[in-house]
Amino acid sequence: MRSLIASVRVALVTIAVCVIGYTGVILGVAQLLEPDTANGSLITNADGVVVGSRLIAQKFTAPEYFWSRPSAVDYNGAGAGGSNKSPTSTDLTDRAVELVAQYGATPDKPLPPELVAASGGGLDPHISEHAALYQAARVAGARGLPPARVEALIRDHAFAPGGPLTPGRVVNVLELNLALDASTESR
Amino acid sequence: MSAILLVTLIVGGTALLSWPLGRYMKWAMDPDDAGPRRQRLERILQRIAGPLGRPQQDWKLYLIAMLVFNAIMFVVSFGFMALQQHLPLNPDAKEAVEGSLIFNTVASFTSNTNLQHYSGEVAMSYLSQLFSLMWLQFVSAATGIAALTALARGLAGRKEMGNFFIDLQRATFLVLLPAALIVATLMVLGSMPMTLAGSVTASTLEGAQQVIARGPVAAFLTIKQLGTNGGGFFGPNSTHPFENPTFWTNALSMICIILISMGSVWMFGRIVGRRRHAAVVFGVMLVLLLAKITGSVWFERAPTQAFANLPAVEQVAGNFEGKETRFGSPYGSGPLWAVLTTSTSNGSVDSMHDSLNPLTGMMPMIGMWLNATFGGVGVGMINMFVYIIIAVFVAGMMVGRTPEYLNRRVEAREMKLAVLTVLSHALFILVGAAIFAVTPWGRDTLNNWGPHGFSEILYEFSSASANNGSGFEGLGDNTVPWNVATGLVMLLNRYIPIILPLAIAGSLAVKRPTAQSAGTLSVQDATFAAMLLATILIIGALTFFPAAVLGPIAEHLLFM
Repeated sequence: MRSLIASVRVALVTIAVCVIGYTGVILGVAQLLEPDTANGSLITNADGVVVGSRLIAQKFTAPEYFWSRPSAVDYNGAGAGGSNKSPTSTDLTDRAVELVAQYGATPDKPLPPELVAASGGGLDPHISEHAALYQAARVAGARGLPPARVEALIRDHAFAPGGPLTPGRVVNVLELNLALDASTESR
Repeated sequence: MSAILLVTLIVGGTALLSWPLGRYMKWAMDPDDAGPRRQRLERILQRIAGPLGRPQQDWKLYLIAMLVFNAIMFVVSFGFMALQQHLPLNPDAKEAVEGSLIFNTVASFTSNTNLQHYSGEVAMSYLSQLFSLMWLQFVSAATGIAALTALARGLAGRKEMGNFFIDLQRATFLVLLPAALIVATLMVLGSMPMTLAGSVTASTLEGAQQVIARGPVAAFLTIKQLGTNGGGFFGPNSTHPFENPTFWTNALSMICIILISMGSVWMFGRIVGRRRHAAVVFGVMLVLLLAKITGSVWFERAPTQAFANLPAVEQVAGNFEGKETRFGSPYGSGPLWAVLTTSTSNGSVDSMHDSLNPLTGMMPMIGMWLNATFGGVGVGMINMFVYIIIAVFVAGMMVGRTPEYLNRRVEAREMKLAVLTVLSHALFILVGAAIFAVTPWGRDTLNNWGPHGFSEILYEFSSASANNGSGFEGLGDNTVPWNVATGLVMLLNRYIPIILPLAIAGSLAVKRPTAQSAGTLSVQDATFAAMLLATILIIGALTFFPAAVLGPIAEHLLFM
C-alpha cells in the first residue's frame, strides 16, 4: 500500500516534468527557432493556399510534371505506410510491369529501380538526380521546353543529402515541379 | 564505400561517446560521495517519493516497488488512452480505441517494447501520444536503467540494492531528460515538426486534396530513440519524412538508438568496480554487432529479386523496396539501422523490414533472439549477465573447479534461474510462432505467402518476447488473438528477465566472498571473451536455427 502511494507520487511528478514540462520546452524552442519546419514545412502559393509540404510526396501523373516514387498508400499524408512485400514477391513484379508501361521504359532505356520500388512511408519526397534526368525528356516535351533547360533546372535543385556519406545526389520532386511551373510561366 | 564509412562513423563514434556517458551514468545513478548540491537534489527526490523514498531495499523489496510502479504506469496510461475521445489535445477528433488494442498498446509501451498494432496518425490523439505513450517511453526506460543499477549493486556485494523510487527518478531526470532536451532541440533544427496543431489539407499541384498529419513529433521521436523504445509517432515510424526528415536526423537517430545501451555497460563496470571486465563484455557485444551489420549490409546489396527478370528496369546493386531516398545507399543506413534497432531493444525502423532481402531480414531476428548485443537500456546488460553466469558455470565445469563470478560462488540455484531466463525467451518465441503458424489466428493475417509468411509470424513473436517492437509490418496484427497473445508475451518477458537475474544477484550478494586464487577463472581476459561469445552463439543456434531454416533461409534458397 505504501509502495502504491509512492508510485502514484512519482508517476504524477514524472508526468508533470517529462510530459508537460519537456513537451512545453521543446514546443517553445521549435516555434521560436524554426516555426516553418516545426509546423510541417508547408509551402503556400501566391494566394496563400497550402499546396503541400516540402517533406511529403504528392501524387503526380501529368506528363508535364516529374513523378514521385510509387506509394503503397497512394500518397496518403494521414495514413502513411510501405508495401511490406517481400522482395521476392510477384506482386512487386506486377506493379513494376505497370510502371514500366507508364514510363514507356525499354531495355535500351531502363527505368532506375527506385522508380519501381515503393518507399518505406509511401511519402518519400525525393528521387535521385539520375531518376529526375530520366524523366527530363518527357517533361520537356510536354511543356515544349528545350530539354537542356529542364536538365539544368534538375542540376540546380540536386543536392547530396549526406555529403560524402551518400553516393549520389537527390532532388525534391515538389520543389522541382514548382520551379518548373515558375520558369514556364515566366517564359 | 560510403556504406562502410557510415557504419564506422556511427558505431565507432557512439562507442567513443559511450565511455564518458557511462561515467556520467555512474555519477547519476550511484553517487559515491555526494557534494552539497547533489545532496540537495537527493533530498528533493526523496520528498517526491514520500516516506518510502528513504529506506534502502533488498532485492525483494526493490522488485516489489518496481512492479507496483509499473502497474501504476499501466493503469494511468490505459486510462488516458481509453478516454481519449473525451479528453483535450485531440484536434483531429480521433475516436475511441478498441479494447484489446488498448491492452496491447499499453502493455507494449509499459514493457519498453513499443510493438504497434495501430498507426499513430490514424488512431491516437495527441493526448494519448504524449500522456500515455511518451510518458511510458521515459519511465519504462528508466525502469530498465534502475534495474541494472540494482543488479550491479548486488554484484558489488551490497545486500541493499538501493531504493527503486529514487533510482527511477535519477534515471528519468538525470539521464534521460537532459539527453532528450539536447537531442530534441537538434531534431527541431533538423526540420522535424513540433506543433500541437492538427492536420492540414493541401491543394496539390494537380488539383487533388492531400490531408497531411502533423504533431509534436520531435519531442516524441527523441525519447523513442534514447530509451530503446522505438514506438513511432507515425505508422511507418522513422521512414516517415516528418519523423526523420534528413540524412542527418537519421544519423543522429542511429547514434541515440545505441548510445545509452552502450553507456549502461560502462556504468555496470563502474558500479561493480571491474572496468576491465566491462571492457571485455563490451568487446564481445561489439564483435556480435559488427558481425550482424556486415551480414545485413552484404545481403542487402542483392537487387530486388522481383525486378530481376524485367529488362526494362536497371539492374544495380541494392534492394530499394521500403527504403527512403534521402538516407543514401539502399544497402547503407537501412540494413545498418535494422541491426542497431534489434541489437538494442529499440525497434524503430528507417526501412521496411518486411521488404528486406530474406537473409538481411534474418539479421534483425538474430538480434532479437540473442537480445544481448547492448540490448535495451539497462536490461540489455542484465540479459548479458545471464549469459555470463551460464558461461562461467560451463567453464567451471570444464576445468573441474567451482565456478565463481566476481568472487561469489555460482551454484545450482543461480544456474537454474539463469537457464530459466534463457528458456522462457525461447519458449515464448517458438511456441507462440508454432501456434499461430498452424491456426487461422496467424495464417489469416499474412501479407506474404510461403516461408516469408512464416517469417512474419516468427518475427512478431521474436519482437514481442525480446521487447523490441519492430515488425514485419505487412502482418495484419490488429486482431484480438494477436493483441492478447503478444500483449501477454511482452509483459511476461519484460519482468521474468528482470526478476530472475535480480534474484540471482540477491542470492550471490549474501554469499561469503571467496578468495581470489591462481585457479580462479578470470572474467577479464580474451579466454573469457571467447568463452562468452561461444556460449551466446551456441545457445542461440541450438534454439533458433530450425526456425530460421523454415523462414528466411528457406525463402533465400527457394527464390534468390
